[in-house]
Amino acid sequence: MTPVPTHPRLGVRMAYRLQRVLRPNAGWRRLSAGIEASQTARRLFTGAERQAKQDLFGCRMCGQCALPVTGYVCPMGCPKELRNGPCGGVGADGSCEVYPELQCVWVDAYERAASQGRASDLRLLHRPIDHRRWGESSWLNYWQGRDEGLWGAAGASLDNAAGASLDNAAGASRDNKVYW
Amino acid sequence: MSLRERLASGGFAVTAEISPPRGASTDPVTKLAGYLRDWVDAVNITDNQGSNVRLSSWAGSLAAMAAGLEPVMQMTCRDRNRIALQSDLLGASALGIRNILVMTGDHPKFGDHPGAKPVFDLDSVQLLWTLRTMRDEHTLLSGRTLNPPPDCFLGAVENPSAPPLPFRAERLGKKIAAGAQFVQTQFVFDVAAFGQWMAQVRDLGLHEQCHILPGVGAVRSRRALDFIRDKVPGVHVPDDVYRRLRAVPEDQTAREGERLAAETVRQLADIPGVAGVHLLVAGNEQAVAGILAEAGVRTNEAGGRTNEGGVRTNKAASDGR
Repeated sequence: MTPVPTHPRLGVRMAYRLQRVLRPNAGWRRLSAGIEASQTARRLFTGAERQAKQDLFGCRMCGQCALPVTGYVCPMGCPKELRNGPCGGVGADGSCEVYPELQCVWVDAYERAASQGRASDLRLLHRPIDHRRWGESSWLNYWQGRDEGLWGAAGASLDNAAGASLDNAAGASRDNKVYW
Repeated sequence: MSLRERLASGGFAVTAEISPPRGASTDPVTKLAGYLRDWVDAVNITDNQGSNVRLSSWAGSLAAMAAGLEPVMQMTCRDRNRIALQSDLLGASALGIRNILVMTGDHPKFGDHPGAKPVFDLDSVQLLWTLRTMRDEHTLLSGRTLNPPPDCFLGAVENPSAPPLPFRAERLGKKIAAGAQFVQTQFVFDVAAFGQWMAQVRDLGLHEQCHILPGVGAVRSRRALDFIRDKVPGVHVPDDVYRRLRAVPEDQTAREGERLAAETVRQLADIPGVAGVHLLVAGNEQAVAGILAEAGVRTNEAGGRTNEGGVRTNKAASDGR
């Protein structure tokens, strides 16, 4: 499935509201552990996630979701799959270099994040993704804490264990701190 | 004096660009290096620019070195995965190539193999981060140790005139955090807009952490002007610049293009935080000497006089090598 820039069908305010609901807690951890205990439950859950996120965000199931810090615009829709911001080929009107009729996902991401005071999320450094995890449920990974090394602050090591968690990032973002 | 030393000394640096040939010979690189040798601190060797197959940038870099010109080896994320990219840095460093310019790269769609698989395993920020870690922490992305580690001076690119404009300076900040020590920009035709970006860069203090070299192009013909305006992704040619270059008779477009380039160099040199210029003149290397002399940032006379711009001289540029 080729990456194609997709404007989310979920409004940005609703997305951030959902983010608060879905934040890992004992309940989500228990639920996700239960789902993972059964092959069938895991497959069904992953299928449901795929359907929902495909419809809403054009999700391609990289399994390492960046949406919480990209204004809920999927960076894997970028034809170059850039996770750290736009390339230099964005048109003056904000169009994608490869699909000039579509908006660059990072222009979209910046506008949506900035509209909610979250522009500084885009300063986070995203580590290279693990291509073995395509097709996995990123919700399960998120609740189980396996996603914590996906992005970090400057000076952080590339070693995933040293990553900042989403909660830290969101908190720092609200305080308008600089991560790099 | 190497590019790194020139920038560290606070001198006005000049880099240019050579596109390697479509063919199995480095002779064209050697020839072009001859035009540039006495005028620039280093020359970029492009990496299959525009997604068109050319002689590899490491081979072109070796040819430039042999011709007495310090190379800046361009490295895009388009064609190689993290294994090949790390391996190429080790090879380049072992062979004496020090300056590495990291960029995302054009999409294959724009080149001569539009059906090629776009790799983009790492993005430019991740590649900078990886190379810095290899150099400073002596480890690969996998965590395995390197012995000896590579020695490199890391560069990045930025396009100050592409949306989202408020994020462009911050994006440079990310690249610096990841490891960029110098940055070359896409064509600057709109000096005022570049000045606004530089103001944001200075507000963030980035010009103190990274040497900034805006890109200046010399338009050779009306066809080239239209190509740059309409076909090169992310380039903004303001209407007054376009009109100026169209206003002269067609046989004088090249001359006017050089004059405009020289003026642009002079204006950019006066912007606080600008460390030099990057001349985007691939295919027009002969113009470099004239542009720099006219801009007053270099002269070809021995003894090196300081010019009107008060920027920097001179012949010394070529002596240190």
